[in-house]
Formats: sequence, C-alpha cells, structure tokens
Amino acid sequence: MTNLLEIRDLHKRYGTVEVLKGVDCSMRQGEVISIIGSSGSGKTTMLRCINMLEEFQGGTISIDGQEIGYEAVGGVRRRKPEREIARQRALTGMAFQQFNLFPHMTAAGNVMLGLVKVKKMSRDEASALAEKWLNRVGLLSRKDHYPGQLSGGQQQRVAIARAIAMNPKLMLFDEVTSALDPELVNEVLQVIKGLADDGMSMLIVTHEMRFAYEVSSRVIFMNQGRIGEEGDPREMFLKPKTERLAEFLKNSTFN
Amino acid sequence: MSYTLNFAAVWRSFDLLLQGLALSLGLAVIAILAGSVLGLVTAFGLVSKSEVLRRPAGLYVTIIRNTPILVLVLFSYFALPQLGVRLGKIESFVLTLAVYSGAYLAEVFRGGLIAVPPGQREAGLAIGLTEMQIRTSIIIPLMLRNVLPSLGSTMISLFKDTSLAAAIAVPELTFEARKINVETFRVIETWIVASCLYVATCSLLAALMRAVERRLAVPR
Repeated sequence: MTNLLEIRDLHKRYGTVEVLKGVDCSMRQGEVISIIGSSGSGKTTMLRCINMLEEFQGGTISIDGQEIGYEAVGGVRRRKPEREIARQRALTGMAFQQFNLFPHMTAAGNVMLGLVKVKKMSRDEASALAEKWLNRVGLLSRKDHYPGQLSGGQQQRVAIARAIAMNPKLMLFDEVTSALDPELVNEVLQVIKGLADDGMSMLIVTHEMRFAYEVSSRVIFMNQGRIGEEGDPREMFLKPKTERLAEFLKNSTFN
Repeated sequence: MSYTLNFAAVWRSFDLLLQGLALSLGLAVIAILAGSVLGLVTAFGLVSKSEVLRRPAGLYVTIIRNTPILVLVLFSYFALPQLGVRLGKIESFVLTLAVYSGAYLAEVFRGGLIAVPPGQREAGLAIGLTEMQIRTSIIIPLMLRNVLPSLGSTMISLFKDTSLAAAIAVPELTFEARKINVETFRVIETWIVASCLYVATCSLLAALMRAVERRLAVPR
C-alpha cells in the first residue's frame, strides 16, 4: 500500500537562505504526527509546502501517490497548472494560527464556500453538511454568527470545520492555538483530539508539548531545516536521544 | 448694493436645469460604472507581482491622474479627431470621465486591496479555490467594505466633474445654467439655484453611500 504522504529530499530556499535542507518523511493513513521545534526550524514552512502555499526548489511531495505541485516535462521540473494545483490543495485541509475566517460570511457561510465553489454542491447540500460539521465542533447554535461575533476559540473551531468539511485526506494544523488566550486553548485541542480518535490523518505543528505527547502516534523534531529526531512520543519526550532535543524540551513547558 | 433678488426668470427655465441635472447624472453613472471596471482591473495590476502588469497600470494612473480633467476633456474632443477618432461631444465626455475615474478609483481600490490580510487568500487557496474565485468571493467583497467611505467621496467628486462637460457644450446642468444666466441676466439667482441642485444631489449620493456602508457592514 502506498503511503498517504511521502516527502523526499525537500529543499526550500527564500532567496539565498535555505530553510529546508533535505527533509524526508513518510506517513501512513490514520497517523497523527506532531512537528515540534524552535521557531525558524522550518516546521511551518514544511507544512505550507505540502499544500503549495510555499513553492519549493527541490525534492518531491506525494499524497496518495500523486506528486504535488510540480511535474517533470522532458526532464525539466516545472510548476503544474494552477487549476491542477488548486485541485491538489483540496486533498489537504489546513487550519491556520490566525484562523483566517472570511469576516464577511457567517460561520455556516465560511464552511459552505468551498463546498459550493470547489465541490460544486447545491446550497442545500452544502448547508446540511456545514451544519453537520459545525455541530461536530460544538457550534451549531452559532452558525449564523459572523467571525467578529465569535471568540478566538470558536473562530478556530469554525476554521477547523471549514477545512474538514471538504473531506481532505490529510489535515494540516499550523500552530492553531498560538494566537489563543490560554483559557480557550483546550476547546480547540479537544476538537483536534476528537478528529484523531476518528482516524483522521493529521500533521500538527505545535508548541503544546503536553498535547503533542498525548495525541500523537509519532513526533518529529525539526532542527535547522532538517529532521533532528523522530519517533514515539514517549521515548522522544522522556528519553531524547539528541542533545538538541533535550535542550529544546528543557526550555519548553512540558507539564 | 441695489441688486434685488428675483427668481421668477429662473423658475420659468427650471425645467431646463432639471434636464441638465438628469444629463449630468446620466453622464456620471455611465462613466463611473465603466471607470469602476477599469479601476478594478488596474488596481489588481498595481498590486500584481508581475512587472508586465504593474508597469502599464502604473503608467495609466500616473498620466491620467496628473493631468487636469479639463485638459483631458478638451484633448479628447478637439485633439482626438485629428488622430482619426471622431466622437460626439457626449460620447467624448463620457469616455474621458470614465478613463479619468478609472485612474482615481484604481488608487482607491488599491488601498482597499492591500488592506485585505494575505491570510484571506491563503485560506481560500487551502480549501481549493482558484485565484479568480478567491478574488470574486473574498478579496473584492472585503476590498469594497474597506473603501466604501472614500469611495463615496470619490463618486461625489466625479459627479461634480460632469460640470466640465459645459466646456464642450454638452447640455448638462452647468451648461444650462450658463445659458439661463446669459438669457435672463439673473446672475446670482441662476448660480444659487444651480449650486443648490448640485448640493442636493451630492447630499443624496452621500446618504445613499452611507446606507450601502451600513448594509454591508460586517456584524461584530
């Protein structure tokens, strides 16, 4: 069986600064992988390459055997047509640190937009599905509220519903609790935990070490554009093999 | 001062003033509609990453915005025919005002576009929308909400610029007022009434724009 996600020798540069220096990673269906590491280590960039929000200069990323973003034509690597890239982006769902809900649409409207425009559903179908997922994140009663009328935690839950309603094969979470007040973090983590329990494949960039420890089937520690260490969360957190990871864990709050 | 106000002569020609006002409004509506499309396309050019799009958009705004509109009006009516482009005076003026408003609105829209957070586009991309779908469903609606207050001002300005059509004898409000002025010698009365018509129309326009603003306001 092919892996759900296959990253081979991923290289990414901003100008002359190389932020990803050859990352390899494979992930099976149903795995929950947390990516930890200090800021600037490349973890968010890696996530953003997977859905082509960032271009990358070397290596390949495949989801379900499909090569993402680039194709080789006559031995020359080139960007796939935008339509194809848009279609491939729908293979993954993403939740952002800043939620990025569409402020001029209600909670239900946010969830429905992709269903109507990308999945070409009727408004009735889309509305029913939006209600199902808003209910799932505990916000059905807020479906007609606008983002400005919701708390940060509620906005993030709507954003997760918006992504998950598109039925992605893989969910990407980019520091989804970093912009939240501490008392709102838990409601969002509970939603993600629920998805994990349902068997959703997820890549989670996070600073919540306790959460990473509890929810992940595997943890990846990014260090200076490379994978510094990876493995079972228990071993990683309790018996780090590398000096770097031990140092990182000492300076983070794992309580 | 021995001038006695007597509006009777102006009232007798009031119909003419109203017809003029109707033409002014017509000119403004068509020109601003065309100018909005032109301005929107140009605004996307101005904020584009591609130099091939940015350069011509910038050049258009620079040339048109920095030329007095009266000069543009005279140029398109008197100079364009020499170059083989012959237009009636109304067509010529509408075209000029459309091109002129396009340049102004492009700058207004550009301001609104750069105020839309980049995360909005990324969120659209992440659910699989194409760039065009992102523009029509997300970027443009948010940009419009950003620019509504200044858009109202710009539209009022552009409406008042229709008075310059008098320079090429388009029978709009100012032209009609000048005619009445010459025919009746009621100088003060004529221009007071004409001014009042401009003020009333612009106030109405401003109220309309505020209503749109309220209607589109994002609840919070």
